[in-house]
Amino acid sequence: MTEKVGIVIVSHSIDIAKGTYDMASQVAKGGLRIAYCGGAASGGLGTSLPAIQKALDEVWSPAGVVVLVDLGGAEINSELAIEMLPLERREKTLLCNAPIVEGAVMAATEAAAGSSLEVVRRTAEELSAS
Amino acid sequence: MRGLALRLHTDGLVGGIARRLVASFEELTALDSAIGDADHGLNMKRGATALLDINARLRALPSSDAVYAIGQSMAMSVGGASGPLYGTFFMSFSSGFAEEFELNDFARQFNRGVSAVERLGRVRAGQKTLVDVLRPVSDHLASGTATRQTVRMIASSSAESTVALLAQKGRAAYLGERSRGHMDPGARSCVLVLEAMADSLEGLQ
Repeated sequence: MTEKVGIVIVSHSIDIAKGTYDMASQVAKGGLRIAYCGGAASGGLGTSLPAIQKALDEVWSPAGVVVLVDLGGAEINSELAIEMLPLERREKTLLCNAPIVEGAVMAATEAAAGSSLEVVRRTAEELSAS
Repeated sequence: MRGLALRLHTDGLVGGIARRLVASFEELTALDSAIGDADHGLNMKRGATALLDINARLRALPSSDAVYAIGQSMAMSVGGASGPLYGTFFMSFSSGFAEEFELNDFARQFNRGVSAVERLGRVRAGQKTLVDVLRPVSDHLASGTATRQTVRMIASSSAESTVALLAQKGRAAYLGERSRGHMDPGARSCVLVLEAMADSLEGLQ
């Protein structure tokens, strides 16, 4: 079986991250590696670099990983987490410029169908054009 | 002054940053309540606690490793947009940091840190962020005329100048024109960090 693209969901809110994970998992039908994280290091709303790094490690796939984020801090923390990855993983870990829920569901649909990293990202991002 | 040997006391830097951030918790919270999500005071205080936790270990390290560890600690602990930005600043600033250096070496290192922040945050001066303090201070250091007093003055007046600016980054940008009239919380915390840095630079006039 060919490897499928992994998905990481990063929200300021653990509830939004979990809810998005549930919706993406539903379309993935159990065939995907999806991880989520949300909330500040000391609890409450926010984002945490170590939590993002852990999620990236959990879903790593040779096919690559896409990351869905909500607001500014989630994006910048995720970008730094990607920058800190070893080169071979950094090149295959892409941030999606897409709304977190719709993007995650679209990415999961594509990834479950075995699409390439570029196609998974593009499909998730096309939503943001509207 | 050209040719004058400077030393960075990382112990004093960590202590100075932590003390100022903890003391300014309420001020940073109030600034971020006005135009953001009110968590900047808490985030920076958490960063201060994390820095104090590693301070004993830093004393044994060469300056470059200690400065890198300060960045790593802030990236890991602060959160928000500020965590990765301050983290990137110190981690990029640290590379090649010598035990003794001249002001122009320091200015070059500092500029490397600021450029890394501008790149990661896709931000330039004028957008109501910490770069509105970092960039003018970096340019001032590069002029070769910097003293402890002038660094503090330029940092502080640069943060003041963010009051009039329209926010173009982060949560404050959602406010549009309503973001004017408030100092950027990140610019303010940056003043505190740079004051601590100026105070811990031995040999700076």
